[in-house]
Amino acid sequence: MSTTLFDKVWDSHVVRKIDDGPDVFFIDRHFIHEVTSPVAFLGLKERGITVLYPERTFATADHNTPTINQHLPVADPLSANQLKALEDSAAEYGISHWGLGHQKNGIVHVVGPENGITLPGATIVCGDSHTSTHGAFGAIAFGIGTSEVEMVLATQCIMQPKPKKMRINVNGTLSKGVGPKDVALYIISKLTTSGGTGYFAEYAGNVFEDMSMEGRMTVCNLSIEMGARGGMIAPDQKTFDFLEGRLYAPKGEAWTKAVEYWKTLKTDADAIFDKELNIKAEDIEPMITYGTNPGMGIGISKNIPKANQVEGGEETYKKSLAYMGFEENDVMIGKPIDFVFLGSCTNGRIEDFRAFTEIVKGRKKADNVTAWLVPGSHVVEAQIKEEGLLDTLTAAGFVLRQPGCSACLAMNDDKVPAGKYAVSTSNRNFEGRQGPGSRTLLASPIMAAAAAITGKLTDPRELF
Amino acid sequence: MAYDKFNILTSSAVPLPIENVDTDQIIPARFLKATERVGFGDNLFRDWRYHPDGSKKADFVLNNPTYSGKILVGGKNFGSGSSREHAAWAVYDYGFRAVVSSFFADIFKGNCLNIGVLPVQVSPEFSNKIFAAIEADPKTAVEINLPEQTIKILQTGETETFNLSGYKKENMINGFDDIDYLQNIKEEIVEFADKLPY
Ligand code: SF4
Repeated sequence: MSTTLFDKVWDSHVVRKIDDGPDVFFIDRHFIHEVTSPVAFLGLKERGITVLYPERTFATADHNTPTINQHLPVADPLSANQLKALEDSAAEYGISHWGLGHQKNGIVHVVGPENGITLPGATIVCGDSHTSTHGAFGAIAFGIGTSEVEMVLATQCIMQPKPKKMRINVNGTLSKGVGPKDVALYIISKLTTSGGTGYFAEYAGNVFEDMSMEGRMTVCNLSIEMGARGGMIAPDQKTFDFLEGRLYAPKGEAWTKAVEYWKTLKTDADAIFDKELNIKAEDIEPMITYGTNPGMGIGISKNIPKANQVEGGEETYKKSLAYMGFEENDVMIGKPIDFVFLGSCTNGRIEDFRAFTEIVKGRKKADNVTAWLVPGSHVVEAQIKEEGLLDTLTAAGFVLRQPGCSACLAMNDDKVPAGKYAVSTSNRNFEGRQGPGSRTLLASPIMAAAAAITGKLTDPRELF
Repeated sequence: MAYDKFNILTSSAVPLPIENVDTDQIIPARFLKATERVGFGDNLFRDWRYHPDGSKKADFVLNNPTYSGKILVGGKNFGSGSSREHAAWAVYDYGFRAVVSSFFADIFKGNCLNIGVLPVQVSPEFSNKIFAAIEADPKTAVEINLPEQTIKILQTGETETFNLSGYKKENMINGFDDIDYLQNIKEEIVEFADKLPY
């Protein structure tokens, strides 16, 4: 029978099927961080059980860590307590732990691939919904709740009904200034934040084939924002080249064998999906969001839709625009902004910093803009320096911070004040996501760069 | 953590007819710093419920004494966004035992089931009927019968059935959780793991 990439990976990890119930699903790799794991470890204690496969779990501190002065003790006692709890649990159960200050430390979804922990055909979970990022390698990866973190620690399995399958095909040629983030925001604007609910997506078509691994990660990362549990892309030579030689990637003969297997991981020609979406690359413009969910996005040259043009409740829509301080039919270009955030597991990789730097090169940061440039990991940070990007950024008036989730969810001090506008390369523009009352405009690194330079929303294509 | 058993719940309901209620509204990230599962109810819908100075926002439904009960009725696409189970904990800790919506985000729904809050997915029409019934009479009682898988507006008698897998239903009725199940088949899991490439 013809099967999809998703079927192949899923079916090979089902330990047992429960009648009128979920599958018992085996997890190859498990990432944990300080925020969603403490209660899971507490649960183990209460039950008097231990971790079944400590070598399959990887801990990193990222969500609430400061992005300056990481060598100093963490000032916020609650954050410090969570970091300590993670460190202690990791030590107690023999789990690898890349804590604050460790040279491998960074955002969980950045360091996983960087170190070859993420592999094609693997099943990967983490108590963070953007675990979908790892799907870029042809893995099934998705976010789980804390009860499930406990399940994985205790038994390396979770109970999951198999999701339905959806394929999103993007073919054609992307216009200049349109990158992976724009492709993803465009898809979400078409599907809305619930259009993918109940599905697992596969991204196919020449646009994804031509995309770098970093770009594929950006796209898969945002799968959850259309409600899908995750998204994946068939592994190819680019995937193998990216992984070869990385810390946890197979070596020698095991590598050759692995690649042989990975080459079989693709959707059969006549496999059937429950839902299919076809998009022309030429239709996609540099994107910006104007509302309070990632589905509320438009091309930068467009006006904000009127309430009667959108699906769903008018009241919810108007509430959202009121929160943003925008009106129906507003022009986006030229709107003044206050903050720029380059970073997060969506756009905190080296390619994102290259793209940002390319635009700001030889220009100056606008005086009215506070910019936070936060690399996704220490490895990215080192690369920024090595490639000379830092010099260019510094000359343009930018400061590079230390790695972490930072203003993506504003659990640390990187908070956008109430009423202020932030052009952010992260993944969520929910009310208060970047701090109470903050107003987030999601965009690509080059859109963020254009805004940082001009102090207002600017079509980045004008700055090439 | 084993949880409360769920059988038949009859209660008035709290209406929140807003769409796409995301997990950052249910519990903002800055309240995720606990290392124990206590006290999250105080921060449920924090920024909709309180002004920055801590005073209550009078127009928010949880601050309106007219509405109370163990059932929260939300708008479409309830619980979208993050995987934080804290959102489900906050709903539970506040005192809700069931959430009704015409559409749930996947992870939130799963998290609720894992901690003993019943997500009841109803048709958009039925959801509208409940909102209308509560508007007409805030004390309207809603009955959720898990064994029968029905939800009923008692005043009007209008009823709808809802879906839940047989496995999860048994768990909810008995207060079992998935770890109990998984612990019992550990040998099978280990055998399975031994055969995997990595
Ligand atoms: S950067 Fe944001 S989305 Fe990514 S892991 Fe951190 S908090 Fe989650």
